[in-house]
Amino acid sequence: MGFSDADLTAIWLTLRLAGVTTLLLLLIGTPIAWWLARTSSKWKGPIGAVVALPLVLPPTVIGFYLLVTMGPNGAVGQITQSLGLGVLPFTFAGLVVASVFYSLPFVVQPLQNAFEAISDRPLEAAATLRASPLDTFFSVVLPLARPGYLTASVLGFAHTVGEFGVVLMIGGNIEGETRVISVQIYDHVEAMEYGQAHWLAAGMLVFAFVVLLALYTLNPSGKRK
Amino acid sequence: MQPTRLFTALSALMFSLPSHAAEVSVAVAANFTAPMNAIAAEFARDTGHVAKPAFGATGKFYAQIRNGAPFQMLLSADDETPAKLAQEGLADPASRFTYAIGTLVLWSAKPGVVDAKAEVLKKGQFNKLALANPKLAPYGKAAVEVLTGMGLLDSITPKFVLGENIAQTWQFASTGNAELGFVALSQVMKDGKIGSGSAWIVPSKLHTPIRQDAVILASGKGNPAAEALVKYLKSDKAKAIIRGYGYEI
Repeated sequence: MGFSDADLTAIWLTLRLAGVTTLLLLLIGTPIAWWLARTSSKWKGPIGAVVALPLVLPPTVIGFYLLVTMGPNGAVGQITQSLGLGVLPFTFAGLVVASVFYSLPFVVQPLQNAFEAISDRPLEAAATLRASPLDTFFSVVLPLARPGYLTASVLGFAHTVGEFGVVLMIGGNIEGETRVISVQIYDHVEAMEYGQAHWLAAGMLVFAFVVLLALYTLNPSGKRK
Repeated sequence: MQPTRLFTALSALMFSLPSHAAEVSVAVAANFTAPMNAIAAEFARDTGHVAKPAFGATGKFYAQIRNGAPFQMLLSADDETPAKLAQEGLADPASRFTYAIGTLVLWSAKPGVVDAKAEVLKKGQFNKLALANPKLAPYGKAAVEVLTGMGLLDSITPKFVLGENIAQTWQFASTGNAELGFVALSQVMKDGKIGSGSAWIVPSKLHTPIRQDAVILASGKGNPAAEALVKYLKSDKAKAIIRGYGYEI
């Protein structure tokens, strides 16, 4: 038995989706996390809460709102259409947008924790040495926050691989475009192809375990240095 | 409140049905949602029994029933699933009957998109065509047969978006995300005619008839409510409701 061609397509698509999503999330998540870690603004609470929403919302809520707002009559849909991009549901780009929302807290929160753990001292030292804020960020903050970036990347990637409900609602099950591994497993189970389902499901289980094991081994949290 | 009185109050809440009425939990194909809700209300009024429907994809119900789901009756979207369940000893073969024959319709939420001869399919001027996953759903299978017969399957396949069941397929089309959708007539019918948008009612000779069979499951055998519901679905009153939603019977 083993993986069918359709299974392999789904695996490759899922890895691409998770890869693109993680990269985007690191870019978007860094300024958000930095602001949340450093600010004393009264907006810290509300923004932090918005970032954390996907942790508690059922994927059906996210999927439903995305389907409606990104559709041809929704606000986002109107914008993407006027830009000549068409509508986002049923496309790879649409899944990327959805995944960025869905995995946002998994990237922002580890980064925020890492930034909060950096004391003002090295930053002040860098400032006295006349380093620009950008220079400080790349030569001081990034190296110090490296474990945070590792955790954020791994969790963001793994969480996107494990996405199901949102994709089911806005994906439309198109091979090579939106049919990710979790949907492919669902289809196999629905069609009573338990053998095929087992291959992919067991693969996902092993993947998830290995990823988390690597994370906890390479990046032991709570251990004193 | 004393514990015994609390217990009495709780049991009154939990077992509040009158003694003569029974309850049957029914797994119902998603396309039959609207008529089933109407029938369940009439059924309760006329017989005192209660039918509790759960709506979803027939393929999913099949898997759930095989794995011990507590349904006592199945109103399937096809005739194969009830036959298979009966063969596997999970349903009572004698109770099997056709309660409705489904009608497929090509539908758009926008008026004036779908014409009476389905030229829109041949011209191919639409972004997406939603249909139920043909691997799982009879309406999806029928849609593929129609496209194959028209010689359009290969050219239109790249525009497919697949709904997990016919309800999700309708949702893709009704939100306008897919300009066209093959859905069940029952979903777009309102007061005996197409409620909104534009539609082509697919002639039934273009696909294998979508015979929708019902069956009493092993766990529902001897349940008076299940037997009453079978009888009720065969009554003229129920048939009139079913026809009103665009099915044949």
